[in-house]
Amino acid sequence: MSKNNPQKLYEDIKKKAQNMFKSRQEKPLVMVGTATCGLAAGAMQVKEDFLREIKDKGLDAEVIEVGCIGHCYAEPLAIIAKPGFSPVCYGYLDEGLVHRLVEDFLAGDDPSYEYAMAALERNDEFPTFEDFPRGVYEEKLILEHCGFSDFSKIESYIAWDGYSALAKALSDEPGHVLEEVKNANLRGRGGAGFPAGVKWEACLKNGGEEKYVICNGDEGDPGAFMDRSVLESDPHLVIEGMIICAYAIGARQGYLYIRAEYPRAVEHTLKAIEQAREKGLLGNSILGTDFSFDLDVFQGSGAFICGEATALVNSMEGKIGMPESRPPRLVQRGFRARPTVLNNVKTFAYVPLIINKGADWFKSIGTDESPGTAVFSLVGKINNTGLVEVPMGISLRQLIEEVGDGLPEGCEFKAVQIGGPSGGCLPESSLDVPIDFDSLHEAGAIMGSGGLVVMDQEDCMVSVARYFLEFTQHESCGKCTFCRLGTKHMLDILTDITRGEGDLETLQLLKELGEDVRDGSLCNLGRTAPNPVLTTLRYFYEEYKAHVEEGRCPALVCRDLILYYIKPAKCSKLCNVCVGSCPTEAIYTREDGLKAIDQDKCVKCDNCRKACPTEYDAVLRLSPPVLPGEKERKVK
Amino acid sequence: MSEEVTITIDDQSIKTQRGEKLLWVALENNIFIPHLCAIKDESRPNASCRLCFVEIEGQDKPVTACSKEVENAMVVKTRSPHIDRLVKTGFELILSDHNLKCRECPANRDCALQMIAKKRGLKLKCDRFKPLEREYELDDSPAEFAFDRSRCVLCGQCVWADRVEAEIGAIGFTGRGINRVVTTFKDLPLADSICTECKLCVDACPVGALYYKHNQKA
Repeated sequence: MSKNNPQKLYEDIKKKAQNMFKSRQEKPLVMVGTATCGLAAGAMQVKEDFLREIKDKGLDAEVIEVGCIGHCYAEPLAIIAKPGFSPVCYGYLDEGLVHRLVEDFLAGDDPSYEYAMAALERNDEFPTFEDFPRGVYEEKLILEHCGFSDFSKIESYIAWDGYSALAKALSDEPGHVLEEVKNANLRGRGGAGFPAGVKWEACLKNGGEEKYVICNGDEGDPGAFMDRSVLESDPHLVIEGMIICAYAIGARQGYLYIRAEYPRAVEHTLKAIEQAREKGLLGNSILGTDFSFDLDVFQGSGAFICGEATALVNSMEGKIGMPESRPPRLVQRGFRARPTVLNNVKTFAYVPLIINKGADWFKSIGTDESPGTAVFSLVGKINNTGLVEVPMGISLRQLIEEVGDGLPEGCEFKAVQIGGPSGGCLPESSLDVPIDFDSLHEAGAIMGSGGLVVMDQEDCMVSVARYFLEFTQHESCGKCTFCRLGTKHMLDILTDITRGEGDLETLQLLKELGEDVRDGSLCNLGRTAPNPVLTTLRYFYEEYKAHVEEGRCPALVCRDLILYYIKPAKCSKLCNVCVGSCPTEAIYTREDGLKAIDQDKCVKCDNCRKACPTEYDAVLRLSPPVLPGEKERKVK
Repeated sequence: MSEEVTITIDDQSIKTQRGEKLLWVALENNIFIPHLCAIKDESRPNASCRLCFVEIEGQDKPVTACSKEVENAMVVKTRSPHIDRLVKTGFELILSDHNLKCRECPANRDCALQMIAKKRGLKLKCDRFKPLEREYELDDSPAEFAFDRSRCVLCGQCVWADRVEAEIGAIGFTGRGINRVVTTFKDLPLADSICTECKLCVDACPVGALYYKHNQKA
C-alpha cells in the first residue's frame, strides 16, 4: 500500500543523524541537566560557568543542555563525556567545582572521581548508576534517554534508534500495530489504568473519516512532575507514540494538551514537532507513505479539572473546562464530536518501545495484570528525591527504602501519600502492598499519575488530609452538588478538627460525607477527592480522635492545638538568639535571666524553636496547649 | 430507528423506546424520581444536581436516571438504602446553601425542593451540615420579576430557557467551585443587560430564586 519503503527512508535519516553525532564524539562534551528541576537549582549558571571556563582555557569542548536524569536531589548536574573515558556524572555543581572539573578533567586527564556521582558505562575505575542500591530496582524504559539526550536536536533521538518504531509500524498493517499494543496490555498511565489498546480499538470501530489523538499533559497534582520531565527531556518519544497511535486508528490530526505552567515542556515539544515535520516524520506522507498526520500543542490554563477527559475536550473547544456525564465516552464522541483517543504522556511514551520490542517483551516486565514499569516522582521526607522508574509489582517498602534510600536521619516513617490529591495515605502496615493498579486501589489509594510523598512523625495526618482537600475544593469546577458543596463541607469539618472542635460524631459525619461524595459526584475529581480523608480516617483514626477528644495534635502541627514553651531547666542565661528571631516580640527575659514567651503575643511561627541552639533545645511545643504550671493548677 | 423495549421500574412493567432517558420514562409513568437540573430536550444531560439516583440490576452502584438510556429488560429500582442515602446527602448539601425561610418565599407550596422533601420524607432543615451563610446578591432591577440568589439551586433551567427557548443569552453560569453562580455578562443587573424580560426564565425556575414581584411575600 505504501508508495515508498519507509524502513529504507528511515535508515537514510538515521545514517545522517549518526554521522552528525560522530563528529561530536571526537571532542569532550559537557551535558548540563536543564530540565525545570535543574533550572531551579541553578543549572543555567553552571552552564555559563562551564562555557566561560572552557573559553578561558582555550579548550575545544562543547556544552549542551539535556533534560532530567531523575537524580533531582543532586541538582545541578552535569555529565562529562571525554573520548577515552567512560562518561561521568557530577552532582551538586557550583562555580568552584566547575572550575576544578574543567581544569583537571577537560584540560588534564583526571576525572576527579572524588566529586563524581557515577559513571555511565561499565569501567574498571568507578561505579555506574546501576551499582547504586536503586540501580538494582530501577528499570528505565521510557526514561532511558531522559537526561542523556540533547532534546533540542531530533538527530540525538534518531541516533538512538528513535522513530525506528514508526518506520516499522508504517511497514505493517494498522491492524497489526493495534493488535500489538492491545496484546501488550498497556494500561493508561494517567492513573485509571484503562487498557490503551482497548480504547484505541473502540475509537477505530466508531469509524468516520475524522478522528483525533490527544495527549494529556495537564499534570496538575501537587508533588508530581513525571510528565513534565518526559516532555522536557525526551519529547520525541511521546510524539512518536502519538503518530503510531494515529496510524493504528486512522487519525490525521492530534494535539498535545500541555499546561501553560510548563513553559519548557511546551517549548521543547513545539520544537520537536517542527523538527519531526522537517524530517518528514510528521505531516503529509510520513516517511514517503500515504499516511499523513500532524500535531499541535494546546496550552491548558492551569485548571486542575481540565486533566479530566471531558473537561479537557471542552476547554480545547473553547468552552468552560467542565466535565460532562459519560457516556458518551471520548472514543464515541470526543473532540469536535469526533471519536477521540486521549492518553497520558507516559502511555504514549511506551508505544514505540512496544512496537520495537514486542508485546511479549513488555509483558515480561512488571506483573501479569499491570505489565511494564511505573514512573514515580519521589518527594517529601526521603533521601533521594527525584524521578524513578521501577517495574510494576515492587513493594512500596522497596521503593521508599531501596530506591529512595529511605528517610533522612531523625525521620521516622509515618505514611506515604500516593496518587496526589486523588490518592490515599497508606501507613507502615501497607508498605508491603505491591505497586500495581489493582493492589493500590484495594488499599484505598490509587496509582494516580505517580506522585509519591513520604511523611514522618512531624506530619499531622489531619492537616495533610485538610491540605489535599483544600486543593481539590479549590479546584472543584462547581458543576455538581456533591463536589461543589460536599468538598466545601468536608473542608469545613476538617478545619474544625484541626482546631480541636467536634467529637466522635463529627468524625462519623466526615466519613459518611466522604463516602457519599465518592459515590455521588459527576466526575473523577469529585469521586476521588475524599480519598486522602477516607484513608487517613481508616489508618490514622487515633490521631483524629486525639484532636477532637483531647484537643491534642500528636504531630505538634495544628496551630490551635499547640503552644510554644521555653523550658527553664534547658534555657541558658548566656543566650539571646530566640529573642531576636521572634517577629512579634513575644519573648522576654525573666528576672532570673532566662527567656519566656508571652502567650498572648506568640503567633506560633516556629522561628524560636528553629533558632534555639541544639545544645539547649529549650523551646518546646506542647499539645494540648496547656503550660506546665497551669496543668498542676488544674489538677489541684 | 426506534425500537420498542420493555423495562421494569419498581416492579412496574413499562413499554418505551430504546435510547430514551430513564428519568423521563419514569416520570411519564407517574414514578417519582427527585430531580432539579434535568431538561428533556437537552441531548447531553447536565447531570449536575445528583438527585435522580436509581439502581439498575447488575450494576453495583447507583446511577443518575437523567443520563441513563433505557435498554431492553432493564430492571430499575428507585429506592434502596444506598439511593436514599445519596439523595438525602445531596438534598441536605443543597439545603446548606439555600435560604430556608420558606414562609417568606414566593414559591412556598410550589417548590421542587418541598416536593422532593415530601415525596422522600426528608426534612427541610439543615441538621448535619452547617448552613454556609454567605452573602447572596438580590437583583430586583427587572420591572416584573426579581432574582434572589439565596434561593438559587444552580439547576440551570433558567439558563436553558434564556438561551434555547428565548434565544437571548442574557444569563449563564460563571465562577468556579463554591463561587459558581448564574449571572449576566459583566454581572450587570438584568435590566441593564440584554435581557428582554420575556420571563421564560421565571417560569422555568423550580424554586423561588426567580419570582414575580406580585407574588412576593412579607
